[in-house]
Amino acid sequence: MTPLLEVRDLRVSFPVGEGRTIHPVDGVSFALERGRTLALVGESGCGKSLTGLALLRLVPMPGRVEPSSVIRLDGEELMTFDEEAMRAVRGGRIGMVFQDPMTSLNPVLTIGDQIAEAVRAHRKVSKSEALARAESLLAEVGIADPARRLGEYPHQLSGGMRQRVMIAIALAAEPEILIADEPTTALDVTVQAQILELLDRLRTQRGMAVLLITHDLGVVAGRADDMCVMYAGQIVERASTRQVFEAPAHPYTRGLFGSVPTITGPRERLTPIAGSVPPPTAWPTGCRFAPRCPERFARCVTMPSLRRAGPGHESRCWLTGDEP
Amino acid sequence: MTAPAGTAPLLDVRDLVKHYTARSLLGRTAPPVRAVDGVSLTLGRGETLGLVGESGCGKTTVGRTIIRLQEPTSGQALLDGIDIFTLGPDALRAFRRRVQMIFQDPYGSLNPRMTVGDAIAEGMDIHNIGTRLQRRGRVASLLDEVGLDPGYATRYPHEFSGGQRQRIGIARALAVEPELIICDEPVSSLDVSVQAQVLNLLTDLQRTRRLSYLFIAHDLAVVRQVADRIAVMYLGRVVETGAADKVLSSPRHPYTVALRSAVPEATVAPTAGRIVLGGDPPSPAAPPPGCAFHTRCFHPRRDERCRTERPELRPLGGVQVACHYAETTPV
Repeated sequence: MTPLLEVRDLRVSFPVGEGRTIHPVDGVSFALERGRTLALVGESGCGKSLTGLALLRLVPMPGRVEPSSVIRLDGEELMTFDEEAMRAVRGGRIGMVFQDPMTSLNPVLTIGDQIAEAVRAHRKVSKSEALARAESLLAEVGIADPARRLGEYPHQLSGGMRQRVMIAIALAAEPEILIADEPTTALDVTVQAQILELLDRLRTQRGMAVLLITHDLGVVAGRADDMCVMYAGQIVERASTRQVFEAPAHPYTRGLFGSVPTITGPRERLTPIAGSVPPPTAWPTGCRFAPRCPERFARCVTMPSLRRAGPGHESRCWLTGDEP
Repeated sequence: MTAPAGTAPLLDVRDLVKHYTARSLLGRTAPPVRAVDGVSLTLGRGETLGLVGESGCGKTTVGRTIIRLQEPTSGQALLDGIDIFTLGPDALRAFRRRVQMIFQDPYGSLNPRMTVGDAIAEGMDIHNIGTRLQRRGRVASLLDEVGLDPGYATRYPHEFSGGQRQRIGIARALAVEPELIICDEPVSSLDVSVQAQVLNLLTDLQRTRRLSYLFIAHDLAVVRQVADRIAVMYLGRVVETGAADKVLSSPRHPYTVALRSAVPEATVAPTAGRIVLGGDPPSPAAPPPGCAFHTRCFHPRRDERCRTERPELRPLGGVQVACHYAETTPV
């Protein structure tokens, strides 16, 4: 069966002057199946957010998605779509929710108008039908007293409620895929838990696929079926979430786990990764993690490809697996 | 809350209140925002007290008031028995040598037009510590101590990453050899790998310099990593406080239980049933009567008393908790 979304060798380029080009997303491949959650995990600058934007061809100028990239939505080649066709995909078959709901909402329009607008962008219905649909969407995302909230403005809502409104807007077009980019990062932890529960419930009820982009391993643990760990524009590890958490194969992934303080278990000194994430202009030619890697050896001056660490488990490290 | 037996606390905050009043356009006085509404805490020498809670709970205001960036509405804060809030200008300057602050955004707290060396030396200049040459030597050794190249002294803040800037902020705080550092979300804007480096650095500095930290953060796991004791705040008040391990392993206040349960733990081991609180924290301008948490509480015994009678902190099983029914809090 073809996956709902198939991404192969996705590459985003940005000119940086003097004829030089950087690739902040550099050969990313993954597949997203119906009804599942796939997480893209990594620190700032790893390319995870840009990957999400690239899928919708929303890469900010002067960047561009390299034409050799393959993005297939239910077998259709999105890279061949013109701008008008892409507009129907964006907010249509693929919905998107961002970190900061305040900047994504229009401050001078009511919540109801904004959701109704999203409904009408994808379906020919009357204004009043669209508002009725907006009300049921608000109820679906767990907003109490939705009829009253329709007439309110974004500033009257809490951060958590605004994020629920953004999700309602994303749902308006009945998307098959929801890209959620750090959807809870700006929220308090008790509200974060509510939003993550909501996304999970919607995925189950609607059979939606979710691409969850996050820096937070804790968010991934409870919610994603599968995960890709990204570092310096590339996927460095890929497997089911359980496999990655139980036996992380890539030294970077292990470094991330060693950096995260925990709330249970013995209190131990953290074992952070040395140094910091290099900017795309300073990526080494070999393994990009090598300069910070405690396990680097001679071979790391050449770039490893993703190697088999186990069934359905790959890692971009020469120490992974027993292939030559 | 009491200090460990036999030691006088370095910092003793008693019934701290900070209300903000705003006048509306028509000159009517709006109800005050009760940002901090009667907070008492103590901090011993060489100890870390973690002050945790969600946005708007007043934790940052507590820190800023203690260091006199904001004036309190009422209450006392004693540093070694000296009342911080009544200090005159000269005494305040001496106080600022003893207490320093590290902020969340190290970029916002560094002057972009001042070299890193000058920024670190600024405190020493103000307090007339050492000769010019000695100060330059101090800057180099401070940079080294926080894990930066001493040669960075001549560079400007924008040349550094977030983690490096936070190290600069720490070096700047250390320059006047304080006894107490108020750390306000010091790692929350950093990537996890860098966050861990800074947490380890703070731990090491505490040991070598016998520093006390008031560590303000929203992240329970981060606080657990550094704190000896913690105080959990909700709507301007401390609802539970005690030894960090004790409070986090067997929380007694329903809010602590929920906060603890909401922490997304980086493990796939089966976790106990998650408690997801409904709604948002109420506004500190209109805190609910009685127990401020009663509007979101899930305690099976919550009742009329919770809606009318405000629970005070009381000792229970080695911690202090402000809940009428803490004995039967479901965990």
